[in-house]
Amino acid sequence: MKKLFLGVLTAFALAAGGTFAGTLDDVKARGNLLCGVSTGAPGFATVDDSGKDVGFDVDYCRALAAAIFGDPMAVKFVGLTSAVRFTALAAGEVDILARNTTWTYSRDTDLKQTFLGVNYYDGQGFMVKKELGVKSTTELDGATVCIQVGTTTELNLADYFKENGMSYEPVPTADNAESQQQYLAGACDTYTTDASALHGTRVNLENPDDHLVLPEIISKEPLGPLVRHGDDNWADIGRWVLNALVIAEEKGITKANIDSWKDTKDAEIHRLLGTGDDDILAMVGLPKNAMYNAIKAGGNYGEIFENNLGATSGINIERGVNASWTKGGILYSPPFR
Amino acid sequence: MMTKIAFVRKKEIPPSAPPITEVGLIGWLRQNLFSSWLNSILTVLSVYFIVIILWDFIPWAYGGHWNTKSLRECLDLDPDVACFSVLTARWKQLLFGLYPAEEYWRPTLTFIFLLLAIVPILFPKFFRFFWFSIIYPGLAVWLLWGGSFWSISIIYVGLTLGALFFLTLIRQYLKNYMIAVILAFLFTSVFFLFISNPLVDLLNVILPISLPFVESLKMGGFTLSLIVGVTGIVASFPIGILLALGRQSNLPVIKMICVGFIEFIRGVPLITLLFVASVLLNYFLPPGTNFDIVLRVVIMVTLFSAAYMAEVIRGGLAGLPLGQHEASASLGLTYWQSQRLIIMPQALKISIPGIVNTFIGLFKDTTLVSIISLRDPVGLASTIRADQKWNGIYWELYVAIGLMFFIFCWGMSQYSQYLERKLKTDK
Repeated sequence: MKKLFLGVLTAFALAAGGTFAGTLDDVKARGNLLCGVSTGAPGFATVDDSGKDVGFDVDYCRALAAAIFGDPMAVKFVGLTSAVRFTALAAGEVDILARNTTWTYSRDTDLKQTFLGVNYYDGQGFMVKKELGVKSTTELDGATVCIQVGTTTELNLADYFKENGMSYEPVPTADNAESQQQYLAGACDTYTTDASALHGTRVNLENPDDHLVLPEIISKEPLGPLVRHGDDNWADIGRWVLNALVIAEEKGITKANIDSWKDTKDAEIHRLLGTGDDDILAMVGLPKNAMYNAIKAGGNYGEIFENNLGATSGINIERGVNASWTKGGILYSPPFR
Repeated sequence: MMTKIAFVRKKEIPPSAPPITEVGLIGWLRQNLFSSWLNSILTVLSVYFIVIILWDFIPWAYGGHWNTKSLRECLDLDPDVACFSVLTARWKQLLFGLYPAEEYWRPTLTFIFLLLAIVPILFPKFFRFFWFSIIYPGLAVWLLWGGSFWSISIIYVGLTLGALFFLTLIRQYLKNYMIAVILAFLFTSVFFLFISNPLVDLLNVILPISLPFVESLKMGGFTLSLIVGVTGIVASFPIGILLALGRQSNLPVIKMICVGFIEFIRGVPLITLLFVASVLLNYFLPPGTNFDIVLRVVIMVTLFSAAYMAEVIRGGLAGLPLGQHEASASLGLTYWQSQRLIIMPQALKISIPGIVNTFIGLFKDTTLVSIISLRDPVGLASTIRADQKWNGIYWELYVAIGLMFFIFCWGMSQYSQYLERKLKTDK
């Protein structure tokens, strides 16, 4: 009976999957892009006081919409909790998921999704009170640690302390909000979660300068947008819009100066902005000036970062590893040719 | 001759004042708060806890900031008091979700109409306005979601025509209810399949009345809680009655279906059903079907609450003496007549506390939809906190949300107590 049920389920899923072949055509026919974002992740996706969607992931989807339609507003944002995000993508409720999602082996393979690249290299960090006098995670032996139960951060924590021959006492919490409250109440010496969230939290504490996010990052959390298996062209479009934003920063193309590159000698810029003779974007079914529109929408990668996660946003995250490879980071796009 | 020493009082002695320990403030205190040593200890402890909570809460809330631009600004001014500025900035979102700002009048009007529509149901002396309660659901759907006025009103036209057709058949041509019901059903189906769409198109051309369409993604805040809660409450009540009757039916098929349904739904947590509504249904429906998420959730919440309602009402039915059934049967009443006139009025009266209990539970359970990504007030709280301006605000938001839920739930509870007093026939 169970087998039969699963069989029927698979048949339905296959039937459903079959019609996903031309996501770009579906999106064009619909007239807007359906982009799955977080219902609320500081810096990555939220709504502002006026009800407008804002955030790092939101800006990526706006760039993608601009590439397809020439209009960064031709996108509908579907807020998704972590519990339903993958099923919503698989069931076709969204065309693309840009929801600060960590790229892992099993999500890529077992869940039948295609990650388009990494738009933010996150990692697990620690916050401590300065009065504790701790400057590095290696000095945390014997500390009490507030940790969200049932997350990968919990496993990373155990691994890290074991590898370094240190001991710790966990104080389990349900979510970041509770971790923060416990930490402030003094229930734990340090609290740990993704470094991007730690920075966002620290800025809004009563006295941010009394707290320190330790420099060590103990896990790899490469976040990136993803699509369903089965439509490689659609995956290519998403991947190359992301790459285009990275290349634009590398070349110094910004939202403000994008129109001043017509006379450049750099052939790659001409290919990217569609100002040259060859129209290579036709290969994926996009207009010649698609990437021009994408960059024009919210600026290059660096500008999007600055507006949503960097100093302008108030979260004040340093570029660190998320800087372009030309500036000592690890962001590196394959050539646009 | 004996002297008359007998004394006969001509007047009654005026009652002396009761001892000071029995009346007034002191009497009340003695009776209610210090009637025994155990109660006295409890009173002292309670007062102690209330005082220490209020000691912190009142200065915190009273001195709160209302007009700052961000949490940072609040903290810089005075970190020890509340930062209600988040409510100033976001109260519209907490009430209306992401509904377009220029259309806020629509959910507001829908809410005012809701209050008007429930008056005839709650208070019998206004029953003559019951027609408004009937047209309200269609009106609310049109106001909230928008679109063409005619595509909603045609549903009412179709159903009215179907009912008239049925009545005409019964009164003039047919004696058999079953055949009349089937014919009326066919008539209505034909109307909706072939006639209604061209008619709506025609009306849209002649007299276009329409509101801008607002999609379900934009619904949120208390508007969403009320949509899900009120629809669930209203729809689950009749379904619950039918299920309760079905469970007691003598027909094995009906009984089995009802028992199966009730036991299945009660055996599954609501959140599971919501996940089914949110993610699993999409796998089964043909691709491209746009089965509205709010509608899916409303259906699941209704079914869930109907199963509980059925059991509450069954409790009321079980509380009635068997003699009531037999008496109504001996009067020659049919099954439905006896249910309508004898059984249900008594059974429902007994079940009022349980029914309202289920309603209140259902209304509060609507906050679970935040887990499947809908932006109800609790879901919105985390969205608001994800804005760096308000990142780190907890108490202010939850106090406000809790207060609003309290108002609604307390109102329901007060009405149920009023109804119980009003219907109390056994003194």
